[in-house]
Amino acid sequence: MEQEKQIPIWFFIGTLLAVYGVLIVGSGIYGWLNPPEHKVALWEYHADLWWGILLVILGLVYVAKYRPSRKTADGEKKT
Amino acid sequence: MTFTPLLAAAGGTSARLLQLSSVDLMIIVIYFAVVLGIGFYLRKFASTGEDFFMAGRKMTAWIAGLSFISANLSSLETMGWSAMAYQYGMLGAHAYLIGAIPAILFLAVVMMPFYYICKTHSVPGYLKLRYGEGPRCIAGISFTFMTVMVSGASMFAMAKILNLLLGWNMDVSIWVSSLTVAIYVTLGGLLSAVFNEVLQYFLIWAGSLLIPILGIIHAGGWNKMMATIQQNAKVIHPTVGNADFTSLWRNLGSFDTNPMGIDWFGMVFGLGLAVSFGYWCTDFLQVQRVIVAKDLRSAQNGTIIGAMLKMLVPLIVTIPGLLGLAVLLNPDGSPMVLVPESDPRAGITNRTFNDVLPLLMGQYLGPGLLGLGVTAMIAGFMSGMAGNISAFATVWTHDVYRPLLNRNADDQHYLKMGRWSSLIGVLISIATAYALFFFSNILEYLQVLVFFFIVPLFGAILLGMLWKRATPAGGFWGFLSAILVSIAMWAYVHTFPDGWRPQPKITLSSGAVVNLEKGADGTVARIVVESGKVDLVNVPVPARPGQPGSVGGSVSSFTVKEGAVVLPAATMEKNGEVKVQVLAPEVVLADSKQTSKFGVAGVALVLKPGVQVQSTEITRKFAPAAFNKQHAKLIAMSEKAQPMAVNMYSAWWSFVVCVSVTFLVSLFTKPKPEAELKNLVMGLTTLPDEGPCPWHKKPILWAAVVAVVLVAVNIIFW
Repeated sequence: MEQEKQIPIWFFIGTLLAVYGVLIVGSGIYGWLNPPEHKVALWEYHADLWWGILLVILGLVYVAKYRPSRKTADGEKKT
Repeated sequence: MTFTPLLAAAGGTSARLLQLSSVDLMIIVIYFAVVLGIGFYLRKFASTGEDFFMAGRKMTAWIAGLSFISANLSSLETMGWSAMAYQYGMLGAHAYLIGAIPAILFLAVVMMPFYYICKTHSVPGYLKLRYGEGPRCIAGISFTFMTVMVSGASMFAMAKILNLLLGWNMDVSIWVSSLTVAIYVTLGGLLSAVFNEVLQYFLIWAGSLLIPILGIIHAGGWNKMMATIQQNAKVIHPTVGNADFTSLWRNLGSFDTNPMGIDWFGMVFGLGLAVSFGYWCTDFLQVQRVIVAKDLRSAQNGTIIGAMLKMLVPLIVTIPGLLGLAVLLNPDGSPMVLVPESDPRAGITNRTFNDVLPLLMGQYLGPGLLGLGVTAMIAGFMSGMAGNISAFATVWTHDVYRPLLNRNADDQHYLKMGRWSSLIGVLISIATAYALFFFSNILEYLQVLVFFFIVPLFGAILLGMLWKRATPAGGFWGFLSAILVSIAMWAYVHTFPDGWRPQPKITLSSGAVVNLEKGADGTVARIVVESGKVDLVNVPVPARPGQPGSVGGSVSSFTVKEGAVVLPAATMEKNGEVKVQVLAPEVVLADSKQTSKFGVAGVALVLKPGVQVQSTEITRKFAPAAFNKQHAKLIAMSEKAQPMAVNMYSAWWSFVVCVSVTFLVSLFTKPKPEAELKNLVMGLTTLPDEGPCPWHKKPILWAAVVAVVLVAVNIIFW
């Protein structure tokens, strides 16, 4: 009987980072277009934009590299 | 390892530090959904005891290493050590350098082969194999007790801190986080805990790394930041303003040349040897993460990866603490002064040391990023709890339940026991968290409790691994005597044969009406209480019409009837004059009728007729919150030693006692036959053949690289 292959933890991490990155970039764009009344220090650097983009890139790299295949041929489990 | 100060900080103020937006909340909700999803997903991979307790022993080096370091990198750790860096400057980084790296490398290179090859389920399990049931039972029972207590303390701290930072309801915080942990650990066991720890590690870096980056830019670069720190330290820490806050070793020549009150011997042998080796080499919570690697080489390399990652942590912990000294400013541009918990201004007019990281988060992180930062904080708390619960389930099932209550059950029975004990461990943790609402002093004991056991445990295991002549009787008596000596030293430094009196303190009740009389320089010169209640602790009450003066008796209450009662600005104690603290968390100013708050020391107070007074006199023979300098001198060899130095020296002496007693008793008792020590002791253990190893995967090479980097970092920041 074939044993289901475990989805690598890196895939979960990549997905979460990518989703968070998208949310942070979205929030950054909104903040850029609608500057808040009380700005955080160094707001003009728009850290949310470039940090969010970095998270998206990192997340997608992990997702692409560790996306799960359905089953192993030999039933081996990997972490 | 540092939760007591944080809890104290969390209790004192009502204003929220951080405001979350909807995108921040969305990020937090997604995190909870993902960890629960991972728990349900991993349930099918935890079908045997080996899967549940040891994650199937199939972890790669990177996962083992990330989990190993992440189990230690809780939010209490990051917030606590940022506060340490704010208080002690660069010395706070020692916890990540000499206070960790040599011990982790020693674990990887010297101790790991024994742990791994004997296939023990736990550190107490190794004690059983090496010395017998006695030491295993002491270690197993003490460990299970400590893990659920620490887990409960972590829940309590998280609830307090989230309440302080975000205004969240404490009951909701405790139940939502603990039930989430209960679900994913009960379903997936250690595998689930490890997955979430690795996830948490990425979240912590994603949520925290921006703070030092933006902070250093804001400070004008590294050199400018260091210059500003030395300049601001004179204002922020006036009592040690001349100490060097930016070096690791230059100021450790004596106890009184550095803000920590410790010398180089205490730092090297207390922190660097006893505490650090005890924690990293024998705390099962840590060791469990790497002994489940798929082979010995992965276990060793995973541990070394953990050492490398540990050395990076000061970037997101120590630097923010230092940045607090440089970039946290008041609206008028002056340095913001954070204070210790004992300061009368704490939580009233000034934030405390422990608020340094949240203050920086609020200063630099906008919507989205702030949610990520808070999520990292919550993840740190929850993975810390999960780590404790999974280690508790393993040790309870294999080192308490199995040997003492049910020896001969099958694997499925122990698996079921593991799941139930995870759930029960969470429930006991919740009970502990609620107990701390009423008995928060327990934390003062709990923090030192950990040190009572881990240092003696390291001494016993070290001799057991390296010396085949160490006998079961030697191990047992060495372990037990060092625990007793640790407890005795702790009790000794907190004992006051002549009595200890808390600093005199006056607390004005909410709504009390006051008039602040200011001097020419604008500072408060005298406080007149027009109406309301005041609580006095150790404040002498002068004679008043119809009643003699007193120093309180035990507890007394009265109402000022005629004339005014003037309370002194300072009292005379045995060691000289002590200023009276005056705390006013919420009072009404008589002239403007506005609500105000303040905390001052050394200011006279006048009570007008009608003011209700409760006076309490406290003198204790034993006080965990204070330490007796005369007694501490015997342990730390100097009256100038501060509490941190006394703790480090106590750990050192505990280690010396353990090794000495184990050695001496072993000389006069019968050792185990060599056949029974196979795979447990140096010289009787054969390393398994794991096939050819390319040079770039050799543990000894990477251990050497990490050691060189450690030396270089210490020289650069000497």
